[in-house]
Amino acid sequence: MLGKVLMKGNEALAEAALIAGCRHYFAYPITPQNEIPVYMARRMAELGGTFIQAESELAAISMVMGASAGGVRTMTSSSSPGMALKQEGISYLAGAELPCVLVNVMRGGPGLGGIAGSQGDYFQATRGGGNGDYRTIVLAPGNAQELADFTVDAFDLADEYRIPVLILVDGYLGQMSEPLTLPKPNGKKFEKSWAVRGSEGKSKNIIASLRLVPDSALEVHNLHLQDKYEKITEEVRHVDEYRCEDAEWLIVAYGAAARVARKAVDSLRTGGTRVGLFRPLSLWPFPDRELNEFAKEVEKVLTVEMSLGQLIEDVKLSVNGEAEVDFYGRAGGAVPTLDDIIGRIYSYEHQDHTHVQAS
Amino acid sequence: MSIKTIPMYRRPEGLSDVRTHYCPGCGHGIIHKLIAEVLVELDIIGKTIIIAPVGCSVLAYKYIEVDGLEAAHGRAPAVATGLKRALPNRIVISYQGDGDLLAIGVGETVHAANRGEKITVFFVNNANYGMTGGQMAPTSLEGQKTTTTPHGRDGTEVGYPIRACELIDTLVAPAYIERTSVHNPGAVKKTKKAILKALSYQKEGIGYSFVEILSMCPTNWGVEPATAAEWIKTDMLKSFPLKKFRDRPMEAAVEKEAS
Repeated sequence: MLGKVLMKGNEALAEAALIAGCRHYFAYPITPQNEIPVYMARRMAELGGTFIQAESELAAISMVMGASAGGVRTMTSSSSPGMALKQEGISYLAGAELPCVLVNVMRGGPGLGGIAGSQGDYFQATRGGGNGDYRTIVLAPGNAQELADFTVDAFDLADEYRIPVLILVDGYLGQMSEPLTLPKPNGKKFEKSWAVRGSEGKSKNIIASLRLVPDSALEVHNLHLQDKYEKITEEVRHVDEYRCEDAEWLIVAYGAAARVARKAVDSLRTGGTRVGLFRPLSLWPFPDRELNEFAKEVEKVLTVEMSLGQLIEDVKLSVNGEAEVDFYGRAGGAVPTLDDIIGRIYSYEHQDHTHVQAS
Repeated sequence: MSIKTIPMYRRPEGLSDVRTHYCPGCGHGIIHKLIAEVLVELDIIGKTIIIAPVGCSVLAYKYIEVDGLEAAHGRAPAVATGLKRALPNRIVISYQGDGDLLAIGVGETVHAANRGEKITVFFVNNANYGMTGGQMAPTSLEGQKTTTTPHGRDGTEVGYPIRACELIDTLVAPAYIERTSVHNPGAVKKTKKAILKALSYQKEGIGYSFVEILSMCPTNWGVEPATAAEWIKTDMLKSFPLKKFRDRPMEAAVEKEAS
């Protein structure tokens, strides 16, 4: 365990943001992500960085917009109801092509819901909760090590593609303490000639999302964004495959749900059922082609979520009829248990379903 | 014999050579010009970023030769906060209208002022929502007819005009707060002085400065430009008296001299 540290997931993520060079962090308190602003308040003071406890989520994401426009690495974090409020700013950031890192440590909803972990914001994260045709890259870590590693990656992806990158975490991962090796600074530098730092010695820069003139300006801009999203879809495809090679059943799950699913794979294989785990690490772009290839080889696919039929939409789009798709989900802070997942697969086998419509 | 003509009046160096989208008699053009002049006079135009709000002045960055950034409705002071914290040596201007600053963005307005962000807020108060067609603003006068108060603003129904300077004057942190107007040449001169002072204080790193400027909106007030200017004098000034509310650096200097 040499070189390892024991940290809460939220703190591992915060420290990784600092390692990635983030010195401007803005947030509003909300459970279960409070460890991040508390950690940042202390560390930013030590490092001479900026932490502002914003007056609202709307203000926090707008501060991120200002800092990003100035060309620095910047981040905000929140949990589900707070993320809903940030959607305004996320749409503006996407429209103005400003890089930033966003963290959603999900709790159960709808509304105020509860404070226990959930994956109920999958749609909000992957479909874009704000107005207009835009995308954000969405990364889905599954343990403290990935929380740290993906955070460093998120800053690089944001700068490379000039896009907001969302790290989608559930409250359990955020709250759990685990050993990890903190990532090292990778030294990557990104030229930001588009930043607004004053026009001295150059022509002036404008960062705006309003496009009125000529009439075609907004469509042209949207097509430019779509080209960029297409490029990202080609280049950013992250997936973790576990014991998938000879599987007859494939479980698809991410985050905390995938940890239980992984145990279920081992247990089911011990019992003689060949099961594999397909864990998407990027939820947008979703590794659809990769999943489709596996779907051709297996008989059935089981989607396991801490939500009630959200991930399954991307799974079905990816599987595209190549295999039957079954569903098991829990919500409101509940986590699928090992027995739940095993039971689902066994009962499915014994009931000999011919058609599954799970969502 | 050739006659040499010397122009008496020319476009200020800091003002872009583009056609305006503002209506005849609108005050925004005057205020943009004053800001452009001051930025050149203080030699800070190359290091200034203007944040445009949602509203008539959403294209403010088009008219002044500075870098520009566009905020969501009401969020300009928060965007300014993020930008100024990222670039503490630059000059950051948040240029806002009354709906932006006092309705949808009142939280951002109060808290940026309360933190004493080292930014300058220029608040153009024309007592209505100009861009969207003359609806009631937080600053619409009692009895004022707007498209959403067709019988006149009734304070008992929809509330009374909010006074931004007086509100911000209750906070500890702000360094400079003044209300001016552009309804006649004398008032324009005083407005320029206030703009100069506010931006000088930011240049010196002193702190938060706020200048409210009463401005004409003839189109949505439904009157001739000259009548609009007169209405500021006869009506708006009663609700929004012109006043220097706070000048911390000046007060400190006077105090020092007295002791």
